[in-house]
Parts: sequence; structure tokens; C-alpha cells
Amino acid sequence: MTFMERLLAWRNERGAFGFYAVLLATAVLVPLLNLAVPEGSALHMSTYTVTLVGKYMSYAILAVAVDLIWGYCGILSLGHAAFFALGGYAMGMYLMRQIGTRGVYGNAEMPDFMVFLNWSELPWYWQGFDMFWFAAIMVLLAPGLLAYVFGWLAFRSRVTGVYLSIITQALTYALLLAFFRNEMGFGGNNGLTDFKEILGFDLKAPGTRMALFLATALALGLAFAAGRMITRSRLGRVVQAVRDAESRTRFIGYRVESYKLWLFVFSAMLAGVAGALYVPQVGIINPGEFNPINSIEVVIWVAVGGRGTLYGAVLGAVVVNYAKTWFTTVLPDIWLYALGTLFVVVTLFLPQGLVGLFAKLKLRRGAA
Amino acid sequence: MNVPHAFSRLIPARLRPPPRSGDVFERHNPPGLDLSHNTVLYLEDITVSFDGFRALNKLTLYVEAGELRCIIGPNGAGKTTMMDVITGKTRPDSGTAWFGQTIDLLGMSEPQIAQAGIGRKFQKPTVFEQHTVFENLELAMAGDKSVWKMLFAKLSPAQLLRIDEVLETIGLKEHRGALAGVLSHGQKQWLEIGMLLMQEPQLLLVDEPVAGMTPQETERTAELLLSLAGKHSVVVVEHDMDFVRSIARQVTVLHEGSVLAEGTIDEVQNDPKVVEVYLGEPRC
Repeated sequence: MTFMERLLAWRNERGAFGFYAVLLATAVLVPLLNLAVPEGSALHMSTYTVTLVGKYMSYAILAVAVDLIWGYCGILSLGHAAFFALGGYAMGMYLMRQIGTRGVYGNAEMPDFMVFLNWSELPWYWQGFDMFWFAAIMVLLAPGLLAYVFGWLAFRSRVTGVYLSIITQALTYALLLAFFRNEMGFGGNNGLTDFKEILGFDLKAPGTRMALFLATALALGLAFAAGRMITRSRLGRVVQAVRDAESRTRFIGYRVESYKLWLFVFSAMLAGVAGALYVPQVGIINPGEFNPINSIEVVIWVAVGGRGTLYGAVLGAVVVNYAKTWFTTVLPDIWLYALGTLFVVVTLFLPQGLVGLFAKLKLRRGAA
Repeated sequence: MNVPHAFSRLIPARLRPPPRSGDVFERHNPPGLDLSHNTVLYLEDITVSFDGFRALNKLTLYVEAGELRCIIGPNGAGKTTMMDVITGKTRPDSGTAWFGQTIDLLGMSEPQIAQAGIGRKFQKPTVFEQHTVFENLELAMAGDKSVWKMLFAKLSPAQLLRIDEVLETIGLKEHRGALAGVLSHGQKQWLEIGMLLMQEPQLLLVDEPVAGMTPQETERTAELLLSLAGKHSVVVVEHDMDFVRSIARQVTVLHEGSVLAEGTIDEVQNDPKVVEVYLGEPRC
């Protein structure tokens, strides 16, 4: 392809181009407004807002993960919060071990809640989490392994459609109940919190916040690029063929189960990364993250933005979460009703989500 | 395998598959397909029951290598069930099914059977509607279909050439970049045949290829199927007797799940048993 052809090809990729442009602008403007603009100026962005944007971006990564598996492969997972939370817990465990002797009980080895439960030593599955690289591997491995085992059983038995959705929901609910138990050793109801530092940097310092924000922006860019690479490869076309006509795909010689499993594991790992970036920014991870409602919310983000486009998922995650922040501050009682209404309206009138709405408006303007 | 058969001069040159040499396209030769007895498919004593109803009843059928076989029979005779058994969709209650001398079809999954060299065209055209015509053919292309291979797969010039060849053969060259969903019914049928060609199967199972086609389309389909026989073995299930007459040398009549008669179209049509159960009925 010549340079001009490439340039012309981009015209058909406005959405992706727009995504990269907005992401880059955000990654430049946010630090600028936060660090360069003096406090007190109307343009100054508070560190609180920086972290809020960082949180939205980690949600956007989760939305990309769900869009990959639902929008492209047609697997409606209502359990992706489980993978998100597992990634979050892996990161949380590392942050807990970093607290060291600064905890209430001053135990160098064990987190406070274990001392409180009169445990005499660190459980085996907490070993190694004092090292960042180990925790980073676990962020990928724990959700990936769960997705592999679950997917292997489900896809091999050819569980599809609404039945699969229900068992994914059961999966996340089972984990919710398990993590609530104190004996599990993950802090029970309270979860993991009171983090002090990450890689030796104070978590409350604006500089650390900014670094976490930039890391999340980078991760979102990479997740999006990886998602695009997958969906535009022949693998992506096979996956979309599975979505549209599963048995036909089998009859031309594709092992459909392997494809679903591969994508499901990849998507789960992506969700795990999102969770790991989310936890240090919000400062807590507790079993509430496993709540099936959370998984359903992610699906709503993707539906609102427009499934099967990746940038639609990002847009949906940001728009819905911004609305959530606004509603829960101004009209906290209304939020769930608003969310429900939004989902109904989108399902009835905007099957392609906001992305589809923009396309339709443009078409109409072009016709007029 | 490559001896031109009696009808080949009736086929326009553009429809005749071009001669292939090994360097143009890496041919997908299914490993282990043994045609030493010149028989590509053995079905013996196959029985399939659905809730007590015997869809296939001790069906025994052999297909020779390179043959073009038509299978006819009234509705419910078990034609589609037979295809389901061969392609691994339905497991029979009893009986054996062998592909060549050595491949036992009953122990294999659908993708394994497809990869071994059996392609199927469905009664209702099922193409991937959200993919372009080109992508449909690309997806069906023979070769290693494992996940990691697909992630980094790039079309080689030879493969591109092959797709263009098939596009030409099925007359969809102008629709290369169109979504398969917008094609007409007949075009979808052709695309599906094109997908079969891309699979490079040894045995093609074709279920009602001309249903809903115009007479011209039917004629071209007949030409295409005739051109395939010899190089591939083709089994065609069809209701349209004129179509069967135009392509078949060997016809098998199924009735209530087993073979009622077998022979040339004239032999079969004059068989009193056949006349009674099938041809005696008013044609539709």
C-alpha cells in the first residue's frame, strides 16, 4: 500500500482515529491542566478529577474486553466483573504487602485483618505478592486461568446464548459469596484497603496519581490497539463468523470451541488489567466488585456506546460513568432508574448505540 | 483423476477449473485418505432414530471416487439425515461410516471431518452475511485452521489468485467486496458452492443446489457440478428431476431411510417400486 492509500484507508476508520486523537489529547491536557495550571485558576484540574478520569479509563478497558467477547463473538458474558475483581485483588494483595509495619498492628509480614483474625502466619497463596512482578503476572494469570477452566467446560459442552449468560452470572455470584467469607483470607466484607504506596511511591501524592493516570491511558491505548489487531485479523473474521453462524463455521473446518476459548481468556486477562489499574486509583477492593449488577452495567456501557466497534465501548463506558457520577452526587436515588431507562431506550431505539446514532444523523444530513 | 470426462466439452472454458500445478497453489491433501479401492465413502447399516422414528433404517451406500451421484427420494426419506451423519452433526445408533479405506467418520467432530476433506453445501444457503464475498471465500479456504495461525495469517499471492479464480468460476467477481447478505438467493447458493471449492474437499455433499434458482442459474449450476466430478466426488441431493436428469449418471433412490433402488436415471425411473413411492406422485 502506498502512503496515499493508507491515508485514504483511514477515512473509513474515523472512529478508531477519533479514539486515538481523543486519548492522546486527554493524556496531554490532563497533566497540563493539573500540573502546569496554578491551583485557584478556573482551568486547573484537581487531582481528584485526574483520578476520576483514570477510573473511567480503567472502566473503558473493561468495556473493550466485554465488547470483544460480546460484540464480536456474540458471547454475552454477565460475569466479566469477576475477572476485573480478580485482577483488582491481585493488585490489592501487592499493595497490602507494601504496607509492611505501617499497619495498625505493625506486623511486617501480615495484613491487619489476618492479625485481627489471630492467624499465625501468611497463607501460602499470599506468598510472593510482596514482589510487584509476581503480582503483575497474577493480574493476568488469575483471571486467565479462571476463564480458561470455565470456558473449557462451557464451550466444550456447547452451552450458548442465555444459558451461558446465566452461568457466567452464577460464577461471579459464587465468587462474591466466597470472597465475603473471612476464612478465605481476602479481608472478607471489608476487602483490601488502607494502601500506602506502590513501587515505593506514596499513593496519595499527586505525582503518583498522575503516573497511575498515564499508565491507565497507555493501557487503554494498548488494549484498543490489541483489540483492533485481533478483530481485523483473520482470527477476528472467524470469530465474527462464529457469532453469525456457529455451526456453519464448524462445517468449514474451524474448531469453534478453541476460538471462543482463546478470545474469552484474552478478554478476561484484559478485564484483569483493568481491575489492577482501578484498585490503586480508588484505594479499595472489596467483594462488592463481584456483584452481578456490575457485570450487567458493563454490558449496558457497551450497548449504549455501540457494540462491535471497540471505540463505541469506550465512549459508552465514559458517558455512562460520567452520568453515574453526576446522578449519584445530585440525585442519588434516581440513578438505578435512570440506568434502567437508558438500557430500555437504547435497546428499543438505538440498537447500534451512540455510534449508530451519529452515523444515522450524518446520513440524514448528507441526504438533506 | 484428471482425465476429462465425456461432458467436458459442453462446459464453457471459463467454467472449467483451470489445470493446477503444485506450485500455483499448495493443495490441501487430507492426510490418510486412502482411495486404493476406488471408493470414497462407505456407509453400512446406518440406523438413526429420533424418538422412535427411524430416519435412517440400515442404510447402505457406497460412493466411488470421482463419481457424481444424485440422491433422490420423497420428503422424509432421510436424505438430509444421511448428510448429517456423514458430516458428524448426527451420530447414528448403529452402523459404520468410512471415508476412504482408513478414516472412520463416526469418531470425528464436524471440524475434523471438514478438515479431512468432506465439504457440505446446505439446503438453505448459509453464507456469512456480515462478511464480504471475498472474506467468505477466504474463511472457507483449505489449510491449517488453528487459532494462533489465524491471528497472524496473511494471504499469499497464490492464495489470492485462487480466490480470484473461484470468484470467476462462480460469477461473483464484481461482487468481491459486497456483503454476502445483500446477494440474491441464487448468488448466495453460488457463493456457497464457491466456499466448497475453496475447501478443496475430496467429497462434496450438495443439498438441493438449485432450489429457488432461475432456469439460467440452474443450468450454470449443472455445468459447474459436472465440471467438478472426476476431480472430486460429488453427492447431490435434489428434488428437481429435470436437473437430476441433466447431471446424473448414477442415481440412488432413498425411501423411508434405506436405499430403494440404484442405477441410471432411466433404470430408476422405470423401476416399478420407484414409480410407486416417488415418481408416481404428481411432480411439483
